[in-house]
Amino acid sequence: MTQRQIRIIYRTCWTLALLIVAIPFVFPFLWMVSAGFKSVTEIFGAPSLIPRVWRFQNFVEVFTYQPFARQYFNSIYIALAVTALTLVISSLAGYALARMRFAGAGLLMLFLVSALMVPEEVTIIPNFFLIKWMGLMDTHWPLILLPTFGPHGVMATFLMRQYFLALPKELEEAGRMDGLSRLGIWWRIALPMSRPALAAVAIITFLFSWNLFLEPLIFLSSLEMFTLPLALSNFTDTYGLPLWNLQLAATTLAVVPILIVYLIAQRQIIESFALSGVKG
Amino acid sequence: MTETILRQTTARPKDVPWLSLKYREMLEAWLFISPTLIGFLIFFLGPLMAIVYYSMTEWNLLTQQATFVGLDNFQDALFVNPDFWHVVRNSVIFALGLVPLNMALALTLALALSRPFFGVVFFRTVFFAPVITSAIAWAIVWKFLLQGEAGAVNQMLAWVGIDGPNWLREPNWAMAAVIVTRVIKMVGLNMILYIAALQAILRDYEDAARLEGASRWQIFRMIIWPLLAPTTLVIMVITTIGSFKVFDHIYQMTGGGPENGTLVLAYYIYQQGFEFFDVGYASALAMIMFVIVMVLTVVQVTVRRRGME
Repeated sequence: MTQRQIRIIYRTCWTLALLIVAIPFVFPFLWMVSAGFKSVTEIFGAPSLIPRVWRFQNFVEVFTYQPFARQYFNSIYIALAVTALTLVISSLAGYALARMRFAGAGLLMLFLVSALMVPEEVTIIPNFFLIKWMGLMDTHWPLILLPTFGPHGVMATFLMRQYFLALPKELEEAGRMDGLSRLGIWWRIALPMSRPALAAVAIITFLFSWNLFLEPLIFLSSLEMFTLPLALSNFTDTYGLPLWNLQLAATTLAVVPILIVYLIAQRQIIESFALSGVKG
Repeated sequence: MTETILRQTTARPKDVPWLSLKYREMLEAWLFISPTLIGFLIFFLGPLMAIVYYSMTEWNLLTQQATFVGLDNFQDALFVNPDFWHVVRNSVIFALGLVPLNMALALTLALALSRPFFGVVFFRTVFFAPVITSAIAWAIVWKFLLQGEAGAVNQMLAWVGIDGPNWLREPNWAMAAVIVTRVIKMVGLNMILYIAALQAILRDYEDAARLEGASRWQIFRMIIWPLLAPTTLVIMVITTIGSFKVFDHIYQMTGGGPENGTLVLAYYIYQQGFEFFDVGYASALAMIMFVIVMVLTVVQVTVRRRGME
């Protein structure tokens, strides 16, 4: 065998191995979609990826069993609000930490860093009483405030700071000469140059909020206020057993749009996570 | 009158002699940071201090009465309540199962996918897809797949003659199932971090090593693995802390059961605080979790600093 043939065989083996490993990553998505179209009886019958009878009715019942459209809307607008708020606040603080000199900066950084890894379970009990005291139970405020100002917001701040540090200072100095205020420099010069970092923060923040579960579980009680993950876990019968076909149809509706966006922008999305993982 | 006040307040700080440029800059910096800082104090640092107090009270959420009991809750957790050590044991098993499996798979995949070849984008996209998916959705589907007899996993095992267990109804199998499905969900993230580190290494060193006639294994063992050490350590700590945070995945898949077989620390806090309304005890647990995470974070920071030197 020539060197070339060996290399081709080697490559083929690797690719085959990777395909096998890929099965448990892909299969759940396929099965989710397929089961979403099945009837209850078929779901527990012999497994087949293609439903024998396509039951579109499932996707109608999803909306009648719970106010699913409303819950869907809740998830979207909360995620957008958290993203917008986080972008503004983290880029402001990140800019100050990167570019401005002030007493206490070192201590403040240490303070914030210590928060980075703390799980939300640690602070959720006092936050529960705080939100209750504020009269914000069963509203969307805690789902907007806690993620924005919690460890995730700190992570976004550091990501922005890191990016600002790497920007050339000359443009900002020129802006200063032209009489721009600090706020003006931040808005007109620093932010436009930081689009990649802003995009990364936006992507990971949106997904963070979209997938949030503990806070909705604790702060929300009425169905109309639920967000998607909470709504999904709520497709159960009166005995608490899952209504599989409805639950999987609803899960399909919640997951597939995000997957489509991911497939279109996979490079950008993966890079955003790499950035946050390395810097955060 | 109004006019003078207006003029005074709208006067630019620059014009005020006592506000030197240095102080102005400081003031501005604090203004920039204030939204983050105020929110941080209210929703993070304040609550963090509050649990120190809460953890020393006997507090029932239903009666709304708190009595100071000192370190009773900690004593209760560490020496009296057998549940606590069972939960710690579960959390440690979960971490010991998840972290090595996750890292080994992440590194293997990264090594396979750090060089361009036909299909590399496809594989990276596939392995990363579960990372962006909600843990609840992921757990719902896997719970469905892992049902006793009707589950797709067992039906497929039956094709090759294996009689699969009732995964989520037996404590040990349930733990294994939760670990493996969690690894599949999150391994893409570590894979990406490894790929980023590997690409930098390969660029700089591989050609030189290959010219010297080193084998693939030698290159990995002598060059890549040592150079990856800082990345490996950081990933290890992040993944370990991440394993202590897992809540939603377990909530949806097993609810901590069966027989508390998958009851881990994060879930135990939720259960004690919000299902059994034992605020004091739950806060003591939260304190313990905080200490664990802090220790791991300090390890990580030290390691990272050493890696940079």
